[in-house]
Amino acid sequence: MEKIKNIADFFRMYVEGFKKMTKLGKMLWALILIKLFIMFAILKVFLFPNFLNSKFDNEQDKADYVAEQLVNND
Amino acid sequence: MDLSLIDWSRAQFALTAMFHWVFVPLTLGLGVIMCIYETIYYRTGDEKWKRLAKFWIKLFGINFAIGVATGIILEFEFGTNWSNYSYFVGDIFGAPLAIEGIVAFFLEATFIGVLFFGWDKVSKGFHLASTWLTVGGATLSAWWILVANAWMQFPAGMDFNPDTARNELTDFWAVALSPVAVNKFFHTVLSAWMLGAAFVIGVSSYYLLKKRDTEFAKNSIKIATLVGIAGIVLTFWTGHGSAQKVAKHQPMKLAAMEGLYEGKAGAGLVGIGILNPSKEAYNDSENPFLFKIEFPKMLSWLAYSETDSYVAGIKDLVDGNEAQGIISVEEKMEMGKMAQQALKTYRTTECDSTKQAALIQLDENIGNFGYGFFKEPKNAVPPVGITFYAFHIMVLLGGYFLIFFIAYWFFNKKGILEKNKWLQILALISIPLAYICSQAGWVVAEVGRQPWAIQDILPLSASVSKIPTSSVQITFFVFLAVFSILLIAELGIMVKAIKKGVDNE
Repeated sequence: MEKIKNIADFFRMYVEGFKKMTKLGKMLWALILIKLFIMFAILKVFLFPNFLNSKFDNEQDKADYVAEQLVNND
Repeated sequence: MDLSLIDWSRAQFALTAMFHWVFVPLTLGLGVIMCIYETIYYRTGDEKWKRLAKFWIKLFGINFAIGVATGIILEFEFGTNWSNYSYFVGDIFGAPLAIEGIVAFFLEATFIGVLFFGWDKVSKGFHLASTWLTVGGATLSAWWILVANAWMQFPAGMDFNPDTARNELTDFWAVALSPVAVNKFFHTVLSAWMLGAAFVIGVSSYYLLKKRDTEFAKNSIKIATLVGIAGIVLTFWTGHGSAQKVAKHQPMKLAAMEGLYEGKAGAGLVGIGILNPSKEAYNDSENPFLFKIEFPKMLSWLAYSETDSYVAGIKDLVDGNEAQGIISVEEKMEMGKMAQQALKTYRTTECDSTKQAALIQLDENIGNFGYGFFKEPKNAVPPVGITFYAFHIMVLLGGYFLIFFIAYWFFNKKGILEKNKWLQILALISIPLAYICSQAGWVVAEVGRQPWAIQDILPLSASVSKIPTSSVQITFFVFLAVFSILLIAELGIMVKAIKKGVDNE
């Protein structure tokens, strides 16, 4: 096995690593990608909007709203 | 405020955090152990240690891959379910979390590639350095997350800006190196070593049970028991430090941990106890315990390192105790309401002198701002039952693991472990026990902090977003389904890799 001598070899190590990945490695990468897709493309977009960003356009309105929540606690 | 909204939001956060915590301690604990295996290989050149390191690195990789990014969901929840809290603390929470993201990405993402792809392509020393840096990166990530959590237990290094309604970071190091954060980091990471060691011993015992790879298993156990002993002894030591911090900054949590209603000098530490379910109020006449075995004066020692120190009980902390200099919750509620009124005046008045006076009043009372949200003093009491039992489960299992690691080190050295099936089965059973111990520690930290999101400053009732409860319920069950699938995947892939064994690498 040839050792890494320069930065190009270093990147080649990653490329080769992915190319020669074991079945287990491929399965884990698939799992990571599916998980990230579900988290960022589904959960974040459809189920977890930022509450204040979705209600207000600017920082002042957000500050006014939160301050109101802090002083009116009925 | 709709209480079911708070409860569902809290349940969702607990579910997500506990699920995330299935993966993190194994990453940190197994990580250190595999680093030691590879270090031995580096120093001795003996291929058996390389084979051993590679096997445990594979299991580390499985856990890492399935667990990675599960913590990000907590950040989603901050923005959606806890928007008031997120806005109120934004800058302070943001700094450590941003550093965590950068550290995690650069250290872990860079060196984990070398860890898995670099065998035979980089020098032994470079590969070893990459292994340590991967685990070091994960540990450093934990530091910043724990800094953020510690700030919620002991807010420091900030000023409240009434114009923006936000806290602003004024002293980064007071946040990053707060005594609570430092202690929390070591206590948490060292307890993860304990869990990692229990995992390695349990899995290795499986091989002894199956009478295969026995030399591999014995060598694995030899190192893991030593890491386990170091981890659990230091966890107890930092646990003492943690109790002292809790006594100083969160005395109500300490009182709940021990079911201590009436404060006393020379307070005893409950070893085993059953709480009285008939005790409904902090100030009723019911005995808090149906049964308990107590170590005399040990709670005073644990909290203040002196056996005769006074430890405040729940009743002292709620009603006040003048002799001990403890202010009642009612007085704090008055101060909190004054702070809130001052904030309201500051934000509505046009008069400069009134604004200035309001600012002074706000500054004087900001430390008790959160008490202004309470309707009655008893709101300051956390759930005593959960906190008490979680604390005692954690301590008892901690004691079990101290004996376990020492005994298994001895049994392994003398060849007793290899011959006794029941010891091997017990080691396997001890894996879930280590997880229960670790999760119980977080239950103490988080349930014991209730009703606060930020100690004394912001209760959960003021932190939660006003969103429909049904939307939180839906996402709770979506997470439950996603997490269950991931957990089944983790267990399935891990068990398959373990069954495949070391000879089939």
